[in-house]
Amino acid sequence: MAEPRRRRPVLRDELVTLAHGAGGKATRDLVDALFLAELDNELLAPLGDSAVAPPVGGRLALTTDSYVVRPLSFPGGDIGELAVNGTVNDLAVAGARPLWLTVGFVLEEGLRVTTLREIVSSLARAARRAGVVVAAGDTKVVERGKADGLYVTSAGVGILDHDVELGPGRVVPGDRVLLSGTLADHGMAVMIARGDLKLEGDVESDTAPVHELAASLVGLGDAVRWMRDPTRGGLATALNELAAQAGVAVRIREQALPVAPAVAAACEILGIDPLYVANEGKLVAVVAEEAAGDALALLRASPLGERAAEIGVVEDEPAGMVLLDTALGGSRIVDLLVGDPLPRIC
Amino acid sequence: MRYVDEFRDPVLARSLAAELRSLVTPGEVVRVMEVCGGHTHAIYRHGLDELLPPEVELVHGPGCPVCVIPMGRVDDAIAIAETDGVTLATFGDMIRVPGGRDSLLQAQARGADVRVVYSPLDALELARGEPGRHVCFFAVGFETTAPATAITLLRAREEGVSNFSVFCNHVLIEPPLRAILETPGCAVDAFVGPGHVATVVGSDAFRFVPEEYGRPLVVSAFEPTDLLQSVALILRQLAQGRCEVENQYTRVVLPEGNTLALAAMAETLQLREDFEWRGLGVLPRSALGIRDELAAFDAERLFALPGRRLEDPKACSCGMVLTGRMKPWECRVFGTACTPERPLGTCMVSSEGACAAFFSYGRLRQPREEVTVGG
Amino acid sequence: MCLGIPACVVELDACEPGLATVDVSGVRRDVSVALVEDPAAPLAKGDWVLVHVGFALARIDERQAQETLELLRQGLELERELEELRRTAEAAR
Repeated sequence: MAEPRRRRPVLRDELVTLAHGAGGKATRDLVDALFLAELDNELLAPLGDSAVAPPVGGRLALTTDSYVVRPLSFPGGDIGELAVNGTVNDLAVAGARPLWLTVGFVLEEGLRVTTLREIVSSLARAARRAGVVVAAGDTKVVERGKADGLYVTSAGVGILDHDVELGPGRVVPGDRVLLSGTLADHGMAVMIARGDLKLEGDVESDTAPVHELAASLVGLGDAVRWMRDPTRGGLATALNELAAQAGVAVRIREQALPVAPAVAAACEILGIDPLYVANEGKLVAVVAEEAAGDALALLRASPLGERAAEIGVVEDEPAGMVLLDTALGGSRIVDLLVGDPLPRIC
Repeated sequence: MRYVDEFRDPVLARSLAAELRSLVTPGEVVRVMEVCGGHTHAIYRHGLDELLPPEVELVHGPGCPVCVIPMGRVDDAIAIAETDGVTLATFGDMIRVPGGRDSLLQAQARGADVRVVYSPLDALELARGEPGRHVCFFAVGFETTAPATAITLLRAREEGVSNFSVFCNHVLIEPPLRAILETPGCAVDAFVGPGHVATVVGSDAFRFVPEEYGRPLVVSAFEPTDLLQSVALILRQLAQGRCEVENQYTRVVLPEGNTLALAAMAETLQLREDFEWRGLGVLPRSALGIRDELAAFDAERLFALPGRRLEDPKACSCGMVLTGRMKPWECRVFGTACTPERPLGTCMVSSEGACAAFFSYGRLRQPREEVTVGG
Repeated sequence: MCLGIPACVVELDACEPGLATVDVSGVRRDVSVALVEDPAAPLAKGDWVLVHVGFALARIDERQAQETLELLRQGLELERELEELRRTAEAAR
């Protein structure tokens, strides 16, 4: 007996309302007509309280992140893409192959349904690109004014199907620091897109999944020590955390840091240091000295790693600190960030 | 970036640094004060101080208009921000500066409407766009920034924008320079002059430094090679027994400055009788307020401000550091009770403050051995 | 107070008179040119100005910039010559 063909309901609402979050028919229609229409897959479709995934062999990696970016959409991407790539990247730099994501939406009453559809569509596309399945989701609606359009929380599960141990404990003096590409693209793109600074420019978010880059490095075995995606707080924050956790010094070279000209210009105009600005499609890795050449070649072989560079070295002293060798041959500390990077006049 | 990258050329910079070594007399220390916070920042950002011969000692001056705003004035700004229906528009620099209790950032968390703007014109536009709210612009800066406020006030008046005001805290460069030079025991031998202030006031405005106080002053641009060249010019003056104002920033600075900017300032702003400078005390005729004709835009006349004078903690030695008599690391509370995150005094308050810059960028440097002549 | 960046004028009379669009390596902003106007020598596309808090504060004098660079480079040239002399002297010993 053939199953009756299920037609998805058509969503006629222009705006998201509190009814869409109440759990009743309106919610059902929203999920069906919008979320499932974009995200449909075997794990999600049953819409059970939990998705039940097949067993996997290997250690699991778990991560979660919330996405509250404003504006929702900006040159180079939107919050939907961020929600996938950000979580995928957290798994990737832990050495895991990303498998499943869950997504939780908090929608603001009054959000345009077309906007929501674009974002979910974007999210679905990003998931396909990253090879992950959105296995479960949730939607809530809050009153107008309480959610900046929408917030997304996504959790991710990945599998480590290898034995390589990654972590600050593996980092030793002599190791090299590699960066997969240009700095500060995302943070500056969003800052400009907000419009308050009235800048316009050829600056685009770099949001992208770096799981393949990460996997290629894991292929080097024990020679790869530690990886991170330098998001909030920028490269400086990621390296400061490494230095503190590993009890080492990290010394980077100013001239080795790749920064796109428009991004550098935007930073100069606003008095912001690109080292502290968020990246969403990059990874920073520490590898053994003898493997640095191979690692760099692997990164550069990928379109996402074209501007990859060896940017520094791990040293003994001064432990816990990050230093920058300036182009002039001087040096300075790259200290921990105190608060958001903000435009300066001085 | 044109007109920037060429002046950041590392090869040029290193050769200039080498040239400096041939310009000093071994063992004879020359103390050079850079007045402008932007110069302090540039020095640390590029690690320039490490390129200088040990005989050249840099002393960081008080040219940080953010640092010198007294806590009481920050509290006044917070009071404005906390007024119902008011938006306080401010430069990013001021957001974390602590008043007596907390900062604009914390006031924002408590519900005050504080917005960061890049330009006072953006604040005016905020006012135009939100006729139901009053927008007050927190104006800070030396003569570099005052013309921007001036033009904004003129436009506000021209367009009849009635929901806009300025909380004016513009300060002048000459009084603190004199205060430093007149401090007993002032050990500064020469000055690197503030290039962007000079863009407005002109390099001639600094002639009082050599003519009345006998110290050379070189108006400097902001890139590493500019700064190094300025130090070289200073050393040559000292070696040749000359004492004058030289302009290294000729691509932008004129002897007479920017007459349009000065005229706009004269039309809209007036000299205050005196003004309190954090770390330096009350200096007469050292700051600008809004002219009576523009009273409708003067926040001090529109709002009832607490106007309190708050003392820096006793442990604070900023006055000594600002006038070059003490180094940041010599202050008892440097890096301990006083950090960029929890500043006790002005020198730690903004990233250009002498102590903040040293703490954030250079605190690993070994303090230079005091190089004395004759042992 | 000090953050000023050189920018190229790409559009005059942007959305309103008194404003010009300037460009730094692909980043653009409208700035007021009230402080650099000169009826005798009007600002033109391609001119470079120093921008501070949304205002053009001064025009950049290309010739002076070149002169400054020349002076800087002369020092470099001199040093290279000295280095060359030193090396030749060493070799001769």
